Amino acid sequence: MEPKIVAFCCKWCSSAGADLAGTSRMKYPPNIRIIRVMCSGRIEPSYILRALELGADGVIVTGCHLGDCHYIAGNEQALKRVEMTTELLETMGIDPRRLRLEWISASEGARFASVMTDFVEEIKKLEPSPLGGV
Amino acid sequence: MTAVDDLIRDIGAHYCIECGKCTTVCPIANANPDFAPRLIVVKAMAGIANVALEPDIWRCMTCETCSEMCPYNVLYSEFIKGLRAEAVSTGIVPVCSQHDLMQTMMRMMATPGLQQNRLGWVTPDLKIADKGEVFYFTGCLPQMSTIFRDQEDVNLLGIAQSAVAIFNRAGITPVVSNQEVCCGHDLNWTGDEVNFEKLMRINLDLIKNSGAAKVVFTCAECLRTFEIDYQDIAGDLDCELLHISEFVDDLVAEGKITFDGVEEKVTYHDPCRLGRHLGIYDAPRNVIGAIEGMDLIEMERTREKSACCGVSAWLTCDSIAKEMQLARMVEAVGTGSDKLITTCPKCQIHLRCAISEEMPIEREKADIPIEDFTILVANSIKTGGESHGK
Repeated sequence: MEPKIVAFCCKWCSSAGADLAGTSRMKYPPNIRIIRVMCSGRIEPSYILRALELGADGVIVTGCHLGDCHYIAGNEQALKRVEMTTELLETMGIDPRRLRLEWISASEGARFASVMTDFVEEIKKLEPSPLGGV
Repeated sequence: MTAVDDLIRDIGAHYCIECGKCTTVCPIANANPDFAPRLIVVKAMAGIANVALEPDIWRCMTCETCSEMCPYNVLYSEFIKGLRAEAVSTGIVPVCSQHDLMQTMMRMMATPGLQQNRLGWVTPDLKIADKGEVFYFTGCLPQMSTIFRDQEDVNLLGIAQSAVAIFNRAGITPVVSNQEVCCGHDLNWTGDEVNFEKLMRINLDLIKNSGAAKVVFTCAECLRTFEIDYQDIAGDLDCELLHISEFVDDLVAEGKITFDGVEEKVTYHDPCRLGRHLGIYDAPRNVIGAIEGMDLIEMERTREKSACCGVSAWLTCDSIAKEMQLARMVEAVGTGSDKLITTCPKCQIHLRCAISEEMPIEREKADIPIEDFTILVANSIKTGGESHGK
């Protein structure tokens, strides 16, 4: 079974990065399902948990580099939330490697493709999610 | 007969004499004149509309202030619980604070085979076992401690550590399990009966296999869930269920623990689950009274008339809840105490929330340190040793 991965991408940097990867014809695995949000600070810990609950094998949150947030400090909130969620996943017995946070700017199409490729490969090395098919 | 008709019969709503005492004392009705517990029952009995679809059923805090006043013992909170389950079965999705984080976490815990790592708080000086006479049910303290790690001074893991320290001091090595899951209280009160029962089965099997004759709780909600809801579904459990205050009260009576003298004035907040739901008022007061030099000053609204912390099952966090929390804190400050003591970790989280941000009154009128009962007790026990509270 191919892993299913949910990628939350912010409108201003990361999803522009994804567009650049696409228009530049860079390849990355098709396991990624992109959900565009206005800011990485929009991602609630519950969104991450919900994605995993519904059977995602991994969740990646991407946003503008620190200091570059379109909303000044949304990505700092994202950082705090992802750190908290990682700790929570660990306590709950879900491999924290299933959650990743990356900063990808609008000009980093190549980085977008390589980060996604890398994440898919790492998830493939893990056992299927214990929550899969719930 | 519809599900709502069954519910009306089960909770004894036919005995309602429409005296309206429930609405008079309801903390929500006092803040919002459009909300009336009596009206919901009357509407349900008249069969005017499907009351399970009314948004008001989600605003009730199920604090049972109304039931305390009801001359005919109509079980209002059970009514609300049943209506919520009915609402969920028709496809309504409750709107919970933290964007449903708590409920999602609880549903995930119901997945069999998850290898949790929930015992990170057990420091080497604390002795725990896999099997034994006494089972200590920690509840969601490890998870809540992560979720609320930004709240200043909220020492949730300290509650669990203090509980084990108390057991150890009394010569008991409690069973603390890594396989324990959430009691399901919040799912039960938001209409998710399916996952609630899954969690219940996991916990009951676990306790049965541990061979424990006594299960001790530091959380008022967990105790209420075991005592009332689990036994309703699974029949009588063959073990004794005790709140830590009752357990310590017995230890003090048997002379197994004694306290150091502390010169301190404290006031005690009765959580609705421990007080009105279970009728445990005296045990925490006895224990605080047994600590030499500790002065317990009661607030105006106390025991059966205790104020609610404003939020239950993560459903009701709004401006009314904030007002209620602030009013409670002002009341606590008014007693002139050094500390507010409570026995419910969630009351603590909610009350702290009200004073952690900008408030419409001067800070000193509502700002008083809040401490959990278990930490207070562990810190007052005679002879040194590691202290886990602040």
